[in-house]
Amino acid sequence: MSGATHGTTSGTASGATRAEYCVIACAEAWRGAGEILASPMGLIPSLGARLARRTFSPDLLLTDGEALLVDLDGTVEGWLPYRRHLDLVTGGRRHVMMGASQIDRYGNQNISCVGDWARPRRQLLGVRGAPVNTLNNPTSYWVPKHSRRVFVEAVDMVCGVGHDRVAAHPAAARFHHLPRVVSDLGVFDFATPDRAMRLASLHPGVTVEEVAEATGFALAVPDEVPYTRDPTAEELRLIREVIDPAGSRDREVRG
Amino acid sequence: MSDKTMTADEAASRLVGGMTVGIGGWGSRRKPMALVRAVLRAGIGDLTVVSCGGPDVGMLAAAGRIRKLVAPFATLDSIPLEPHFRAARERGAFELMEVDEAMFLWGLRAAAYRLPFLPVRAGIGSDVMRVNPGLRTVTSPYDDGETFVAMPALRLDAAFVHVNRADRRGNGQYLGPDPYFDDLFCEAADTAYVSCERIVDTAELTKEAAPQTLLVGRHVVTGVIEAPNGAHFTSCAPDHGRDEAFQRMYATTPWEDFAERFLSGDEPAYQSAVRTWQKEGS
Repeated sequence: MSGATHGTTSGTASGATRAEYCVIACAEAWRGAGEILASPMGLIPSLGARLARRTFSPDLLLTDGEALLVDLDGTVEGWLPYRRHLDLVTGGRRHVMMGASQIDRYGNQNISCVGDWARPRRQLLGVRGAPVNTLNNPTSYWVPKHSRRVFVEAVDMVCGVGHDRVAAHPAAARFHHLPRVVSDLGVFDFATPDRAMRLASLHPGVTVEEVAEATGFALAVPDEVPYTRDPTAEELRLIREVIDPAGSRDREVRG
Repeated sequence: MSDKTMTADEAASRLVGGMTVGIGGWGSRRKPMALVRAVLRAGIGDLTVVSCGGPDVGMLAAAGRIRKLVAPFATLDSIPLEPHFRAARERGAFELMEVDEAMFLWGLRAAAYRLPFLPVRAGIGSDVMRVNPGLRTVTSPYDDGETFVAMPALRLDAAFVHVNRADRRGNGQYLGPDPYFDDLFCEAADTAYVSCERIVDTAELTKEAAPQTLLVGRHVVTGVIEAPNGAHFTSCAPDHGRDEAFQRMYATTPWEDFAERFLSGDEPAYQSAVRTWQKEGS
């Protein structure tokens, strides 16, 4: 891991692509998580969860994307239809990585609509399980294209609950935990005194200026920003030959 | 032994405008579409629809039948955003009670248990509370003192679900991997209508499948409707998958054109129009 404050513009020592750094950054969310359900939403978090399960978090539970808990080879080891999935969420034995159409500095997330809720400019999915997720189990976010449209000053509809919102309800904060946000530019956490979003690492090839330019609020930036760690040779082999041989990761994140 | 079989049109005719109707399935999966099509034909409107929304919500919204929707989302799964739901929301066509998935599940359970509400650790701190000013909270009477959302019971006048098999008495069986909330919809409702791919003798239900596939009990069922391909174009595993090509066409065809071609006749006319469309495409 480098200690540089500014990224290089091209090429990495490991030869890994940006998408592969994103996979590593997502996988790290489940390091040391133990026997819990990894709920990745979106392609790159899914690759990350499977990489974590194959390497440093072998006890993770994974789903087939429908109602079954499955081993890496597809062997069914459990049943998890939607209702039991929600039961499991409230029991806390899960770390979800959700998408975010908008996210703000305190980690409030929106997937419901853009504009005024009463008459939205763009209706999106709806709140889905974001409120229950954020009050019950660790919730991280994945944003494949970091931009000012996504990283906004204030989200239009708070679906996933952020730090400022939960602070007003201390008892509800018992199980609130937003470990990280991963984007195509870097990794972010909330390790600041007021729990505001902080740049935790840059993917190699990305600069602090680039991140600041693509972020619609003032991001906390430490004096020394490390790079997202390199994949090991074995991790690269697993990603390229076993987990995603078709290279679908490069369609979600280019470069 | 009572025979509860009826047609989809008979089931729809039991509804009146202003009722609250729960629709089972999830997104674009095992939706009771034959019953939804019957509601569209019957011209019933002013409905409060309770659903984990898919094309059921899209079609009823496009046809202007929804006064109020209670839902955590609407999606076509392989097409993330339901286009007709979306358009209706963007023109402010109906009232929305947007709740989290757990709140929705707890609301159905409360109704099934005949409770006025159930406490749920979801919603606090989120804008679900802002956009639903009628939602109340409840404080734990024990030492923890935690505040929860008091999710009101989602009591239904009628529930519509679609399953793989049923007997004439109303015992419904699902053979796919996920029951969704279908049994709860039926238990939360004053009347429940179960459509199925095939009606079979009771003994047939457990000849090859395990008894825990018997999802819906006859004690909560009012009517049984045999509707082969009645979930079309949503999935009904393992009987059939989602008709992705048809769904794509649904999502990209202006509503009036779609409705005229596919929804102006009865259910056999719909199925026949689908087959004709499929032949044209092949």
